[in-house]
Order: sequence, then structure tokens, then C-alpha cells
Amino acid sequence: MAGNDKDGKTISNTVQAAVDRFGASQDELIPIMNEVNRELGFLPSEALDEISHQLRVPRSRLFSVASFYAMLSTKPRGKHVIQFCESAPCHVAGGREVWQAVMDHLNIKENETTSDGNWTLLTTSCLGICSVGPVMVVDDDIYGNVDPAQVPAILDKYR
Amino acid sequence: MKAYRSMVLVSSDPESLNKGADEVYQALQTEIKAFGLENEISLTMVGDVGRHDAVPLVIVYPEAVIYGPVTKENVHYLVEEHLYKGRIASSLQAPVKELSGKIAWLSARKGTLPAEQRIVLERAGIIDPESIDDYIIHDGYQALAKAVTEMSPEDIFSTLEKAGLRGRGGAGFPTGTKWRFVYKANGPKKYVICNADESEPGTFKDRLILEGDPHAIIESMAISAYAVGADEGYIYIRGEYNIALQRISKAISMAKEMGFLGENIFGTGFNFDLHVHSGAGAYICGEETALIESIEGKRGEPRARPPYPTTNGLWGKPTLVNNVETLANVPPILRNGAEWYRGFGPAKSPGTKVYTILGNVNNTGLIEAPMGITLREVIAIYGKGMKNGKTFKLAQTGGSSGSIIPAALQDTPMDFDSFAKAGVALGSGALLICDDDTCVVDLAKVLLNFFRKESCGKCSPCRIGSQRAYETLVRISEGKGEMKDLDDLLELSNNLYQLSNCGLGQTAGAPIRDILTHFRAEVEAHIRLKVCPTGVCAIDSNQEN
Repeated sequence: MAGNDKDGKTISNTVQAAVDRFGASQDELIPIMNEVNRELGFLPSEALDEISHQLRVPRSRLFSVASFYAMLSTKPRGKHVIQFCESAPCHVAGGREVWQAVMDHLNIKENETTSDGNWTLLTTSCLGICSVGPVMVVDDDIYGNVDPAQVPAILDKYR
Repeated sequence: MKAYRSMVLVSSDPESLNKGADEVYQALQTEIKAFGLENEISLTMVGDVGRHDAVPLVIVYPEAVIYGPVTKENVHYLVEEHLYKGRIASSLQAPVKELSGKIAWLSARKGTLPAEQRIVLERAGIIDPESIDDYIIHDGYQALAKAVTEMSPEDIFSTLEKAGLRGRGGAGFPTGTKWRFVYKANGPKKYVICNADESEPGTFKDRLILEGDPHAIIESMAISAYAVGADEGYIYIRGEYNIALQRISKAISMAKEMGFLGENIFGTGFNFDLHVHSGAGAYICGEETALIESIEGKRGEPRARPPYPTTNGLWGKPTLVNNVETLANVPPILRNGAEWYRGFGPAKSPGTKVYTILGNVNNTGLIEAPMGITLREVIAIYGKGMKNGKTFKLAQTGGSSGSIIPAALQDTPMDFDSFAKAGVALGSGALLICDDDTCVVDLAKVLLNFFRKESCGKCSPCRIGSQRAYETLVRISEGKGEMKDLDDLLELSNNLYQLSNCGLGQTAGAPIRDILTHFRAEVEAHIRLKVCPTGVCAIDSNQEN
């Protein structure tokens, strides 16, 4: 099966590596999907086929699981993913204004990807870093105590 | 508000006011100024403190000295002795007799600053979490050794019951009793699970335990497995907690190497195998049956209960599910005994609670304190006062499924029973402190937005109810609400509570009920006057009525 990810690894190799790491059992389904999603940026349908084959789990069930959890995506995401906490502690600490600044700066709304494919903007529930709210996470980097004026500088680092 | 050296409270129940509490308050104000102490001492009127025989009462923190009955003539002496010279004005102290209710609790902590008391966080931040040697030096794995070599399962259950340990996940169920249920369940194969899917907004206590003291959870899980007769366990950690996941995985392999996990632990023939399982971003997986579904590799949709996991859990087998904080209490209790544990907090909810303090206070962060401290203490002492000198308006406890607590209830001791009596919930221990710039409609909107997104969608009362409630709140916040919406909201809230399958839906309506109980006028202003009193909601005032 064709289909290469950004580092040139094939989808089936990535799935194989995850299955080898966690073992081909049903209770490892979510850790495996997590790992593949992390490696490939999302879960392409070829990957779901391969996991289905390896774990002997119907594809319908895989799709049902993949569409349930927020960290799994069946659609490609932008090169960089912004997760913005919209829970009450960050909201009260000024998150609303920061959220507006992010949307204005990128000119997209929640769950959208910029037309150049650089950015995907997601909202997320609490990330457990509330003592430094408002919090936003760009890829794996956490930014706390963000104020609206800092938003352009933070995002410019990823250009 | 800023940080004060002392806090002075004057009772203001009708009886106190009748006997001149107002004059006492004014005299205190004058005298505190006369001694030049106004920047060091905060002075507040509080509601009914519960000791009517000696009103009006004046209570001075941090010493928790109760004076009463105080007259305006006494005030000069009281301020001079206690607040200026720092000596207790014993001639004015309330007679010590049949202290009851809230005041007994105050008196029990006399002479102590309600300081932090660390039990579950005893090692976090002190030891190297990646070193098992460090853990062992600090009493680590002693409780496990004691449990498997000296104690029968029954000893363990009764110790936990005597200690009065109650689940810290929010429900407050007695831990020893739950363990006994699983022990008594039939079948040779049983599981123990640690619920580390901490996703309540504003809560990160479990993360600090997992990151700072991972072996404590492993030790406690081994004890629970020994007690209930399980040989396999899972720690379910939310997918977002990368560091916790790595630390726990590493700690498990070290514990296996040292023989604290695996086969024939301490040479007793007890075997226990522990796995780590990560979540993938779903709040609902903190519900124990949804968590079990998720471990089985399915969507995290809660099961119908009964049967409960204690008899039909993971793969249909009897399963014990405990929260991280609950588990972290177990080894100290077994090491030090039930009596020691009962020495902290009130009699019916002993022990400590880990709180996360957030929002509009000067000092946000995490504390572990005895059960039964009050919001006023939390704000003044641990939060170092409200930010920018604003006024405290409300606190939202326990993440999204807690309560919205108005300032009027800030003297209620924070323990399971006192809170239940006041009709509010302690929840997970998150305390989101909000000042008077907070709009309750906006806050409820944010909370309902959370529920509608995190609802798993399995049962319609929750799936549809949370969505409809959110839409109605949005309408109200835009100045497009009608008075009938409030009745609809209450009905939705009630339906959510009565008809939802699991705790998420049952608590989703709580913010609505709370704001309409405590802040109805503010909500109505959005509808009747098309005005948001705090100016948070963007209402277009030119729209047609």
C-alpha cells in the first residue's frame, strides 16, 4: 500500500512499529492509534485498514473510536496545530481576548486549517496547566500566561 | 485585597446585630485605624457562626481565638491586647462550653495557622521521582511490606474504614467499603484500576502526584490488589499527561526490577502485574465505566449501572477503580495507623484535601490542607487576597461538575458533609475564585459549552439537553433571551439531573441551577433590561425589544 508520511516512512511501517511496541491485542488499540496519529499527524484510512487487519478489529469499530477521541483525527491537520484551552479557569484569566487575537491573527475559526496548510486551530478542554492560564499549546510547546499582544510573536516562531 | 497579618471576623446574624454587632464593627474599624494597623489587618462581617449564647462574636485569625460577647466598650482593649501587642485578651474570650457546629471546628484549630498539611504530597517535590532509592529512603514500599506480610485483607479494610478515608474523585464514597465489595465479589480473576484520567477543568492535583511521586501510586495499587485478590492492574492516564506517563512507566519497570511488582512479592506468593494505559482526549473517560470501555479499546461511553464495576468491570470481571489522590492516602494510613489519620480534618471527613487555587487571586497554585478549611481562608491565606483589590463574588468548585458558590457561603467548611448540607459540591478540589467582574451568564455558558462538547452522545437527555441549554445561554448573553427561557433552563437542568445515564449529564445542569439560585437578578438583567451588569456580554443595546 502506498502513501508516505512527511519523514518518508510508509504508513504500514508506522503501524507495524506501533503494533510491535504495544502488542497486537484489543486493549492496546487506543495506545496504538495514539502512536500512529502522533507519527503521521492523523489517521489515514490506509492506517486504519492496516490496524484493523493486524488487531482483527472491524474497521467500523476503528472509525468509531477514531472519531470519538479528541487526540485522534481522521482528517489531515495543518503543519502546526494550535490547541487553545477554552475551559473556565483559562477563560476567567483572560482567555477570551487571547482566543480572539489568535483567530484574528490567523484569520481562521475553531476547527479550521489555514489555506496554506500551515495552521490548524483547535479548542481543547482543560490541559491541567491552569495555574498559568490562559494556556495555549502549539504542537508540543506549552505557552502559559499568554496575553493577546504576545500572540503574533509566539506564532512567528513557527514560520 | 492584599495579604494581611491577621483576619478579624464579626458575626452578623440577626441575634448579633440585635446585640450591637454593627457598633462593634465600627468600633473595631476606628480602633484598628487608631493603632495604625489598617494595612495589616482585614476586618469583615460574617454570617451566622453558630454560637448564639455569646454573640456578638469577634474571631481573630490565624489564632482562631473566639471573643464574645463583645461590646463596643471592649473593643479598644481587644485591639490593643491582641492585634497591637499580640497577646490573647483572655478576659474577653467566649466561655468554653458546648462548642458545637462550625464553632467547634474553629476552636479545634486554635493556635494554628490553617497551614498546609501534606499527606498525599508528602514526597512530591522533595524526592527525585525517577529514583526508586529515593522513594525507599523516604519510607517507600514500607506500607506494602507491612500489608502483605503482617495484614490480612480484612485488617486493611477495617484500617481504612477506621481512618474514615473517602474517595477523593468527587463522590466521597468510603474507600474501605468499596475495597470490601470487590474482595467479596465472586471469581478468580479481578482487576484494580487507577483512574488518572484527570480532566476536570482546573484540576491538576493528580498530575503532580503522578509526576512527583509515581511510586506512591504503584505501591498503593499493589496494596489494593493484595487486599481485593487481584493479580493485574491498569493505570489509566489521560493522553495529554506525557511526563506523568513517562515517569509512571519508568517507575513500574524499576519496581519490577526490585521485586515490588511481578511474582512472589516479598516472598509471600502474592503476584501483581501493572500496566499503563493512556487515554486519547476524552473527559468522559474519567467516569469509571467509560474508562473501562476505553481500556477495552472502545469508545468511552459509560455503561448502564448496575451492575457496578465492583462485580462486572474490566472484561466483565470484578474491578476496583480508585482515584489517584485516594490511592496516595493509603500507604501513609497503613504506615501511621487510622488514629493518626483521624487527627486531620473534621470527624466525618478526616484527612487532607488537595486544592488547586485558580482565578482572580494573587497567588494561584496547589495546596494540600486539612479537610474543612473555608473559602475565606483559602483566598486570604493561600491565595494572598484577591487580585487588584477586587471583591470576591463567587467560587466555582470541583471543575465543571462542581458548584458555583456565592460569596455568602465562603465560611462553610469545605468537607463532604458541610458542603452537602449547604447544597453545594466539593468535586475534585479545583477552586476557581472569581471577582465581581465575572458575569454568571458568561461563566455558565463556558461550562455548558464544555459539557456539550464532552458529552459522549450515548444518552439523549445529556446530548440534547446540554446543547439546548448552551444555545439558550448564548441567546441570553446576546440580549435575545425571554423570561420563559429561565423556566426552560430550570426544566432542562432538572431533566439532565434526573434522566442522564452518568455523572457527566447529571451534573451538566448544575451551573444553571446555581446561577438561578444565587444570581437570578443578574441573569434577569440580561433579559429584562438587555444589560450585562458586569459588561462582559456583548449586548447590542440598539436591538428591538
